[in-house]
Amino acid sequence: MNKETQTLADIQLFLDQDQKKDLLRFLTAGSVDDGKSTLIGRLLFDSKKIYEDQLSALERDSKRIGHAGEKIDYALLLDGLKAEREQGITIDVAYRYFSTNKRKFIIADTPGHEQYTRNMVTGASTANLAIILVDARTGIITQTRRHTFLVSLLGIKHIVLAVNKMDLVEYSEEVFNQICNDYKDFVTRLSIPDIYFLPLSALNGDNVVENSENMSWYKGKNLLNFLEEVHVVSDRNFEDFRFPVQHVLRPTLDFRGFSGKVASGIVREGDEIMVFPSHKKSRIVKIIGTEGETDYAFPPQAVTLTLADEIDISRGDMLVHPQNQPRAERQFEAMLVWMDETKMDPYAQFFIKQTTNTTRARIDQILYRVDVNTHENGECETLSLNEIGRVVITTNKPLFFDPYQKNHSTGAFILIDPITHNTCAAGMIIDKMNPTELHSRIVDPETRRLIDEGKSLINSNELKKRYHQKGITLWITGLHGSGKNVLAYTIERQLFDRGATVVLLDGSTIRSGLTRELDHSPADRAEQMRRVAHVCRILNDQGILVICSFISPKEEIRQQVCEIIGKDRFHLIYMDATLAYCRENKPELYKKAEQGDLQYLPGINETYSIPKQPQLKLSPDNLKQNMDTILNYLQNQDIFPIE
Amino acid sequence: MNTLIINNLRELEAEAIHIIREVAASFEKPVMLYSIGKDSSVMVRLAEKAFYPGKVPFPLMHIDSKWKFREMVEFRDHYAKENGWDLIVEYNRVGFESGIGPFTHGSKVHTDIMKTQALLQALDKHRFDAAFGGARRDEEKSRAKERIFSFRDRFHQWDPKSQRPELWDIYNARVLKGESIRVFPLSNWTELDIWQYIRLEKIPIVPLYFAKERRVIELDGNLIMVDDERMPKEMADKASMRKVRFRTLGCYPLTGAIDSEADTIEKIVEEMMTVTKSERTTRVIDFDEEGSMEQKKREGYF
Repeated sequence: MNKETQTLADIQLFLDQDQKKDLLRFLTAGSVDDGKSTLIGRLLFDSKKIYEDQLSALERDSKRIGHAGEKIDYALLLDGLKAEREQGITIDVAYRYFSTNKRKFIIADTPGHEQYTRNMVTGASTANLAIILVDARTGIITQTRRHTFLVSLLGIKHIVLAVNKMDLVEYSEEVFNQICNDYKDFVTRLSIPDIYFLPLSALNGDNVVENSENMSWYKGKNLLNFLEEVHVVSDRNFEDFRFPVQHVLRPTLDFRGFSGKVASGIVREGDEIMVFPSHKKSRIVKIIGTEGETDYAFPPQAVTLTLADEIDISRGDMLVHPQNQPRAERQFEAMLVWMDETKMDPYAQFFIKQTTNTTRARIDQILYRVDVNTHENGECETLSLNEIGRVVITTNKPLFFDPYQKNHSTGAFILIDPITHNTCAAGMIIDKMNPTELHSRIVDPETRRLIDEGKSLINSNELKKRYHQKGITLWITGLHGSGKNVLAYTIERQLFDRGATVVLLDGSTIRSGLTRELDHSPADRAEQMRRVAHVCRILNDQGILVICSFISPKEEIRQQVCEIIGKDRFHLIYMDATLAYCRENKPELYKKAEQGDLQYLPGINETYSIPKQPQLKLSPDNLKQNMDTILNYLQNQDIFPIE
Repeated sequence: MNTLIINNLRELEAEAIHIIREVAASFEKPVMLYSIGKDSSVMVRLAEKAFYPGKVPFPLMHIDSKWKFREMVEFRDHYAKENGWDLIVEYNRVGFESGIGPFTHGSKVHTDIMKTQALLQALDKHRFDAAFGGARRDEEKSRAKERIFSFRDRFHQWDPKSQRPELWDIYNARVLKGESIRVFPLSNWTELDIWQYIRLEKIPIVPLYFAKERRVIELDGNLIMVDDERMPKEMADKASMRKVRFRTLGCYPLTGAIDSEADTIEKIVEEMMTVTKSERTTRVIDFDEEGSMEQKKREGYF
């Protein structure tokens, strides 16, 4: 075999092996000061060198660039955009690619400074592993805690705590151990199953791609070895089959396929499946993968499924195994990371996108905001850029989801601003809400109906429970000077003292505004009573006890009032006082009327018709007794108090 | 027990197909921009797979600068016909009739009028609301931070400072009338991945990628192929036969060839692994000014 054929065979072998490698996506967190750029630069550079060395056997003659003594500005190698170069900071997530003999890697390089939360969350959303950089001289600092918290929030299961700049602490094992212990102390509160501690010096290359001779006390793997070997396949959810339908394929009359990505779980030919939201069942006939038909599919494969039965299925529907169903809810709790420059408008209706489903969503409640530095919770009204909160969300139609910690693919969502269409938040579903806990601000059909009909969403039973009373009207009628107002004001006070929620309406309060333009003529008096009756009705609807003190001289007027307020809510009290008693009480008034200086005074120049069947008939002499009568009456009628 | 491990190429493939389907399902009028290059060839194959056994529900569009290699145009027409693609070819009529070309007007004017402007005109003409491009993040520094769904305003402009955050595999497909999205399904692919996939899937590519004796001249350190009679005679006269191939394809006067013996994919990969220059160094347009690719992208170029 000549050299060229040998070379070609080697290349073929290399390519065959290369395409079998798996892919590891990881995130790097830390600031420029921690030497992050240097570390990434070195990984990219040194691994490329190693990678190329694979071929060096066949390429002995090939020219190679010399590394020795060459000073490389790694940050320049990495920074992408002009604006960043000018400002000297990395402002956005940048993706880098490199390979070794064992694996391919995608680095999400996230800046430590500005907008750290937004960028870190973005980078972490697609990562299996995070490298958190710590400066050996400073140890665990606020920033480290912040990075770790965000990594755990996004459910990343593997962390490498890279203690960098070990050269500046004389490669001290003690310093390293101290930092590891500090980190362990605080990280136990977060659920991160796999943490690897690694001392290194990115600048000098200690433990980056080669084990350091300067730290012979360190018996672990170097960074690249660790990245090559860390086991991440089992991080994927292979338990719960979820297939969000992305696209319906109907190329011919006899073919109907449902395309999408297997979000989680495994699906096999012949499996019984159930469709959400219809709950209809069928069987998998064919699984068409990218290499043709296949017996089974698993995440993250993109496939097309055909079913045994003709079921109406569209984008946004989800296929699952009937014995393992997702939540199908309109309301859930979630952790929300706010990503928009504009702070959250808690009253806006957002678009929510989760799997292949898009619908409307509202924030019902912000339960608390998390301080990413201290991990403490605080109250808040809204969320601003880079803030994280626990919220309750209601959607217009049900979403099919699992808690994010169990299933990233079905537990993640984004919120889209309804006006700008920016992606304004990233969310991770915690779980569904207990339906009794909250009243939604998103309207379901029943609520819509009530609102359209102008009916309160609070029903009378809820009001009764809240106020311990029934909303009724005590309507006190009687002549001028019969003691109505004394009775009305006293009973208001007494009821209030006993815990009732009560409103008093009498002539002076009403005439000062609501019926300002009306006089005492029979027609105007009727109009005044009509208005008062409507006020009573509104207040009674809200569960309020109303006390009215009006002469209301005519039976027809009282009848009309009773009809407006409602028969079962209208309770008439008649102050049965003689004309003589009244005249004694209000001598001036009666005198005026008798002299003809005053029109329309009931009992004098206007008829007062005595109520035929009042609920209570009271005599004005004994106020205390009257009180007891009324209070007893309210209690016996089960109006107030209600336990 | 069946394996549950997916290799890197199949993972990238699944990701790209997911993206392509998402666009087809979310937009009213998507189009796939076809540059006839190797990346485009991979992207087109992924689209075919995404809708198999159905037909791809959007057309291919090629922006013809009228200065493409002849072999590219032949390849394009043949491939589209052979594979049942609905192919749209657009060019800047005014520019073409005014005789714009790289030899007479320089690379900057030519690229702007015959590529960028031509693309924008075509997108407006057809009212496409989503356009696939074959760009990869590892190609060039300014692309490393580009989104997979990259938002463009009504003027097709890209604002690197206010890009929409992109999380998980949940893509924000909402645009207002007139706005659009450029979609890059190959964002996470590297040059080696592209070659690997072409090899694995036996995807046909333009023969210019393979080394062959070709008539070339040396121009400012670039090897420019004499592809037609429009090259000024005094230049063409200096041409000589050299065994060369192209790492990227574009307008022939603006695309430099490299001396190469690589006439198979394996040899190309071997060459690639040992040549340390990044692939875009053979594109003349990048040298115009610092950050020129970024500038072109802001203006609406891919």
